[in-house]
Amino acid sequence: MRFLVALLSILPFSAAAYAAVPEEGGINLQAAATRIMERLHWFHNYLLVIITLITLFVLALIVWVCIKYNKRANPVARKFSHNTPIEIVWTVVPVLILVAIAGPSFSNLFYQENQPDLEAIAAAEGDDPNIYPDAAAQGWITVKAQGNQWNWTYSFPDELDGGGYPVEFVSNPLQRGLSSDNLDEARGPRNLAVDYPLVLPVNRYIRYQTAASDVIHSWTVPAFGVKTDAVPGRLNEGWFLVEEEGTYYGQCSELCGKDHAYMPIEVRVVDQATYDSWISTLRSGDFEGAFGALDQAQVASNSDRADAETRLARAE
Amino acid sequence: MAMDQVSTVHDDHAHDHKPGFFTRWFLSTNHKDIGTLYLVFAIIAGIVGYTLSGIIRLELAQPGIGPLTSLMEFFGYSGDQAIEHAKHFYNVVITYHGLIMIFFMVMPALIGGFGNWFVPLMIGAPDMAFPRMNNISFWLTVAAFIMACISMLIPGTGQFLGFGGGWVLYPPLSSATGHPGPSMDLLILSLHTAGIASILGAINFIVTILNMRAPGMTLHKMPLFAWSMLVTAVLLLLALPVLAGALTMLLTDRNFGSQFFDPSGGGDPIMFQHLFWFFGHPEVYIMILPAFGIISHIVSTFSNKPVFGYLGMAYAMVSIGAIGFIVWAHHMYTVGMPVDMKAYFVAATMVIAVPTGIKIFSWIATMWGGSIDFSVPMVWAIGFIFLFTVGGVTGVVLANAGIDHILHDTYYVVAHFHYVLSLGAVFGLFAGWYYWFEKMFGVKYNKGIGYAHFWTMFIGSNLLFFPQHFLGLNGMPRRYIDYADAFSTWHFWSSMGYAVTLVATLIFFVGVIEAAVRRRKGVSNPWGEGATTLEWTLPSPPPFHQFNELPEVKPQGHH
Repeated sequence: MRFLVALLSILPFSAAAYAAVPEEGGINLQAAATRIMERLHWFHNYLLVIITLITLFVLALIVWVCIKYNKRANPVARKFSHNTPIEIVWTVVPVLILVAIAGPSFSNLFYQENQPDLEAIAAAEGDDPNIYPDAAAQGWITVKAQGNQWNWTYSFPDELDGGGYPVEFVSNPLQRGLSSDNLDEARGPRNLAVDYPLVLPVNRYIRYQTAASDVIHSWTVPAFGVKTDAVPGRLNEGWFLVEEEGTYYGQCSELCGKDHAYMPIEVRVVDQATYDSWISTLRSGDFEGAFGALDQAQVASNSDRADAETRLARAE
Repeated sequence: MAMDQVSTVHDDHAHDHKPGFFTRWFLSTNHKDIGTLYLVFAIIAGIVGYTLSGIIRLELAQPGIGPLTSLMEFFGYSGDQAIEHAKHFYNVVITYHGLIMIFFMVMPALIGGFGNWFVPLMIGAPDMAFPRMNNISFWLTVAAFIMACISMLIPGTGQFLGFGGGWVLYPPLSSATGHPGPSMDLLILSLHTAGIASILGAINFIVTILNMRAPGMTLHKMPLFAWSMLVTAVLLLLALPVLAGALTMLLTDRNFGSQFFDPSGGGDPIMFQHLFWFFGHPEVYIMILPAFGIISHIVSTFSNKPVFGYLGMAYAMVSIGAIGFIVWAHHMYTVGMPVDMKAYFVAATMVIAVPTGIKIFSWIATMWGGSIDFSVPMVWAIGFIFLFTVGGVTGVVLANAGIDHILHDTYYVVAHFHYVLSLGAVFGLFAGWYYWFEKMFGVKYNKGIGYAHFWTMFIGSNLLFFPQHFLGLNGMPRRYIDYADAFSTWHFWSSMGYAVTLVATLIFFVGVIEAAVRRRKGVSNPWGEGATTLEWTLPSPPPFHQFNELPEVKPQGHH
């Protein structure tokens, strides 16, 4: 048993500090940027231990019977075909394991799915890692992602432009596998980067809605732990709160036709001030100005982050 | 005149006279011949489905769109036009790979092939209850397969050929919005036809098993393979009409102006998903239960021990079948269901792990204390038990809606269901093939080739599918012709795994040809005293008509 634990400990169960992009040769979940995903990391690690132990146990039993009860080792077969106690054990023990899984499973599910009550959270005391009283006091930011063949339309229903319409823009992929593709690596990883990303502030409760204009699509960002289908005729809803600034990527996750592989999702999470100036520039109708300022801010914050990483490395 | 006919029929029986070639193979009413036809058909359809998966793995071996563009250039398209056609063709390939493997490979092989061959033999019946219905059931399957293949080649959407909306056929991608062309209509007709064929087959199995068991063979003495076929047939009978209903609604949406799945007319695309998965989830058990039955017999035979916990094994299959009908929406956790509904489906889905665990442990307990002969079918069966466990535990992971929000529609799901189907059902299929080969064809196969086939297949399919867990965890979505460069490592190894299974498949055919050429004469029971079911009391191959005098099953006291 101790050997098993030692063996398991060398496997990459723990949520190592991955970037919020798929990792070259990576074998685990992408790094968490929200509490939802942190909890999923924990739950997945927990499940991975359980299922690995079960699989190894079954494998050990198979190896054991193959060694102990093969024709040479055991020429005369015994003829039993019943053993009520063992049958009760292998019915009851799996039930107990499932109950042990169901507990955290339901707790996670309800945490993800039930929209938090911000008024109650804003009034809460103590440091429960699952709630963010400061962010709750600032209320919701609502964004709608509409899937189209083959791009995403983002709109902010609460942010109205001069004409009284919600601000809205289309986020197109940089690549479609064609000869006209923009393959500039500086714009982001191939097949993940878009021309105009969704911009959201860090440490704010985000309510996202999904809808579709033609066929079913699915909006997902693995680092956030969210995936919600965008279905024609429906408005689906979910929430998340991103704890760290950065650029996060996702990809359409419901087959939607020819260019299904070419409608990525890019979310740039920035500080509140950058977001505020971005959204107000957008409301004034200066589309290029909004995203142009953002790119400059991004360059600056990238150099900040490089410094932070160096400091972190030195500290270790 | 009537007298003459009667006496002719009588003569046939007396001399085991076989009809002429055309009558025997095209108008067949003999369950063994129809079983052979199904197996040949499944091999042909399997080659098509396997080739399609080869196209997938070839394309995904490296990032970017490569081989399929070359293919489209070969067909006369150039530049971006070739790329656009390649992108649609890729979706067509994944769609038809799934449909063909499910409806025209696994089901015909396990149910039509082994079911037809061995249910009557095992229960001591002279034939199936409705021999002519058996015949039409087979030929409708062939017709359905031909229609499915043709539908790949006719207009699907715009200038693109074939239906590329995934085997799940979700509208609006499968309705006039996504695929207005005739391809989808022909595919609906094909699936309707395949469904009718399966329903007729299911009725035939149920009636045969309930009414034609040998005297003394109560249901609780019936071999487990017959039990598995009974449960499978009931699932087919209950599930397929729901698919037929959904397909018909889709057909009228497409052609007659109904709006069942069209939100602009008050319809709901999600309703199709509910109907589809009400069929689709039992369907996955339809594919695996016959393999469960086969594995039970093989494990018992080569451990030289009776099956451990016979009644538990039989009723585990019954309960898997029953629970299989109330878990369908775990395929749809991300569509926007209420959280309480998700919680219910999480709980119901996890319950299935209990009877499945009972089966796994009972197989091992059957081996425990036995005298195991590592014959070719037995190594396939042991491989099945382990690999099915791996596929089963990832199923428990996916059952949790919270985790599934991340893993839904990623390669983790692809890895999971290929472990239970490609390494589960297909390993069960090959196990059955090597177990009954001599019985069916009257010749022995080369054991060395059988072992070589197993080991290359075992290594190849694990290399093919295990890295897909990593891809899925890391965020690689399903049904993508091209991917972010970070995913390339494991896609490469997955494609290498396919190359190894290609070698395995060649070895399989070498084994078949070798056995056909050498014609080593088979014996009635090559497996010794462990093989206790009735088919081993007959010569190999069995006579054209068997059990003219019904065998009597003596009460043995206990199992």
